[in-house]
Amino acid sequence: MATASAVTDFRAFLDSHLDRELLRFTTAGSVDDGKSTLIGRLLHDTKSVYEDQLASVAKSRVNRAGSGRVDLSLLTDGLRAEREQGITIDVAYRYFATAKRKFIIADTPGHEQYTRNMATGASTADVAIVLVDGSKGILPQSRRHSFIASLLGIPHVVAAVNKMDLVGYDEAKFRAIEADFRTLAKRLGLRSVQIIPVSALEGDNVVTASANMPWYTGPTLLDYLETVPLREHVADQPLRFPVQLVVRPDRTFRGFAGQVASGIVRAGQHVVALPSGRRTQVKRIVTWDGDLKAAGPGESVTLELADEIDLSRGEMLISPDAHSNSVPTVSTAFGAKVVWMHEEPLEVGKTYLLKQTSRVVRAEVKRISYRVDVNSLEHLDATELKMNDIAEVEFETNLPLFFDAYRENRVTGAAILIDPLSNATVGALMIDRAVSTATRSDLPALLAAAHIDLAERLREMLAAAGHRAVVLHGFSPEEVPVAVRALQLAGVLAIVAGAVEGATVLNASDDAGLIAALAEMGVTV
Amino acid sequence: MSTLLPTDATSSVAELLTPRKMDHLRALEAESIFILREAVAEFARPVMLYSIGKDSSVMLRLAQKAFYPGKIPFPLLHIDTSYKFPEMISFRDNYAKEIGADLIVHRNEKAIADGANPHDLGTQNCCGLLKTRALLDGLEAGGFDAAFGGARRDEEKSRAKERVYSFRDGNGQWDPKNQRPELWQIYNSRLRKGESIRVFPLSNWTELDIWLYLYTEQIPIVPLYFAREREAVIRAGQITLTYPETRLLPGEKIETVMCRMRSLGCMPCTGAIRSEADTLEKIIAELISFRRSERENRAIDHDEEGSMETKKREGYF
Repeated sequence: MATASAVTDFRAFLDSHLDRELLRFTTAGSVDDGKSTLIGRLLHDTKSVYEDQLASVAKSRVNRAGSGRVDLSLLTDGLRAEREQGITIDVAYRYFATAKRKFIIADTPGHEQYTRNMATGASTADVAIVLVDGSKGILPQSRRHSFIASLLGIPHVVAAVNKMDLVGYDEAKFRAIEADFRTLAKRLGLRSVQIIPVSALEGDNVVTASANMPWYTGPTLLDYLETVPLREHVADQPLRFPVQLVVRPDRTFRGFAGQVASGIVRAGQHVVALPSGRRTQVKRIVTWDGDLKAAGPGESVTLELADEIDLSRGEMLISPDAHSNSVPTVSTAFGAKVVWMHEEPLEVGKTYLLKQTSRVVRAEVKRISYRVDVNSLEHLDATELKMNDIAEVEFETNLPLFFDAYRENRVTGAAILIDPLSNATVGALMIDRAVSTATRSDLPALLAAAHIDLAERLREMLAAAGHRAVVLHGFSPEEVPVAVRALQLAGVLAIVAGAVEGATVLNASDDAGLIAALAEMGVTV
Repeated sequence: MSTLLPTDATSSVAELLTPRKMDHLRALEAESIFILREAVAEFARPVMLYSIGKDSSVMLRLAQKAFYPGKIPFPLLHIDTSYKFPEMISFRDNYAKEIGADLIVHRNEKAIADGANPHDLGTQNCCGLLKTRALLDGLEAGGFDAAFGGARRDEEKSRAKERVYSFRDGNGQWDPKNQRPELWQIYNSRLRKGESIRVFPLSNWTELDIWLYLYTEQIPIVPLYFAREREAVIRAGQITLTYPETRLLPGEKIETVMCRMRSLGCMPCTGAIRSEADTLEKIIAELISFRRSERENRAIDHDEEGSMETKKREGYF
């Protein structure tokens, strides 16, 4: 029977469980580094393994731990082929929780040929654990793993210097590796680095502090994972709200469903829709649990807007702040780091499908700027990319993308490439910057006219400022929004002279008004 | 520029400026809602595999949230093996009606008429006919190109490698060694005719997360999850609930056991656990103290090492 104190205890227990944050980390390292054993040790020592699972592992035919010990690495090697071959061939996800946090582990293989799997695991991680064999020091694979962690923008990297038991828990050996790793981290531009001496086999400094290494006074691996700060800056970034879906249950409600990619959206604030450039206000932030005043990064909400504007999946709401970084780059040409993931090589001149947030476009490979040797980090020439290659590549798309540099924004700077014939996911893209193109002008302006005189006047003003512009006419007022939309999707800024519903409209009575209105659309005349 | 829209005068500035804290359940909920919306936006004809269990209950609530204030924009599909607990079937019918969901029930009527059962066929073959075959036929009958499933990666080792979007070939089969890489939250929904995707919105939830969410959201679940005295026989060490039509094996005696179900499956193959937990609070407290895994009482997972992987390759969820 439940007593009053038992109920209170349960509330306290529940509150502590509900209050925990979620931390995702990835582990990079090969079988030889003892990666699976390290994860097995974390799960085992945090009491996250059930008795029947441990018993099933204990009776397994495979055992690499030796001397009658349970092989903890078997807790994580999921597929039959892996258990038989003793290698990890794919990304496996593991879960455990402590009193402080809930953890998701993306357990990835460390062999060179599995770079793509490591990139996959790293893509969502807050922390990367790079395994270093304490008896061997920084090997090319440690360099490769650290490079991929930096490439995928993982905020925190921890080097677990493993197998300290094999070197007699020797401080000098650890300090030498520590110095080498700091040098590497600096070269890669890693911002947050921690180095911990451990023995996964014996359990030193994984969950419990090691009695064998009194000279080490830093945190254990678990202490570190429980306390490292999470997603500190994403809320301070400018608002990015990619529209996933238009929710339209009846005539009275039209909402835009999506997940806040960065920044904070607040009820009542002004927002700008891309690509139309239309400005409106957030009327309500709607959820099943009631309206919200504000929603931050990662929240899935539905926004009701104050005006009936043209907006759909693949488009984006942003905040119209005056800061220069408040607007994402809008471009059809950009350079990106690519991790190639398929047997069929990436070829210059080939067109792939590209998916970035909820937007799908066609992307042609214009050139490979260089390939990176993942071991030496040297830049090499390349004419194609093979599976697991990493390179800087320039693309041109048929429709504009709205993006931020990946190092600034891990949501709007990321994209995947899909082969249009096989439908395979063939590449991962981390966008660096826009590049200029030879085939398009920076600002093609086009006037779809309801008022011919006004349109002509606008064309003259644009021409005087060096912008090429064409006047289109002969549309009925109802047809104009459709034409504008088609032009926008083709990457053309469409300006409508005169008042028409649902389009970016210029309707000022004098030149000064027109200039101001154009300026608001980002066009200087 | 002034705010044109009225704001709630009683709310503090801090409240206006600060979003809710993202604890782990909120983060999981937001991720699942993102996945549900993404699939609905990109697939022509999605369906939700509704198993009536606790995970399905959570998935259904997440779907209600994802499309609010709209209704759930896809039907629910239940694969009925004819061996489900009667409490499950009545819960299914009442709950689907209550929330206004479009429910499809599909059965392998031929195999059921032929008397398919786990005692004579073995669990592998029985599951193959009544679950996997029925599922593939049900998906084909509805022309569904995407099916939401409530599977979690923490349930079983081979599920730990499952993608959120799990590609199935024209025969509904899974090739674990040739899965599409899945980066960030950018899912590849491209299919050729006949191919399909199983979508797992609960991939990153654990059993404890499910119970905590059921508790905080007050989501209805089948009463079999709550402990009370039930009639049962002990069969191969497993507490097997008995009903008037249950065939007793020689030497079996019905006894009254204080017990509950930790996971729900087919009557012959799903055992109860001894428990006094008759409220969600007690179940959660009990779960924390558990030292044995959730699917231990599911015979189908233990036919041989790697048996779930074999079933999944063939098209099982």
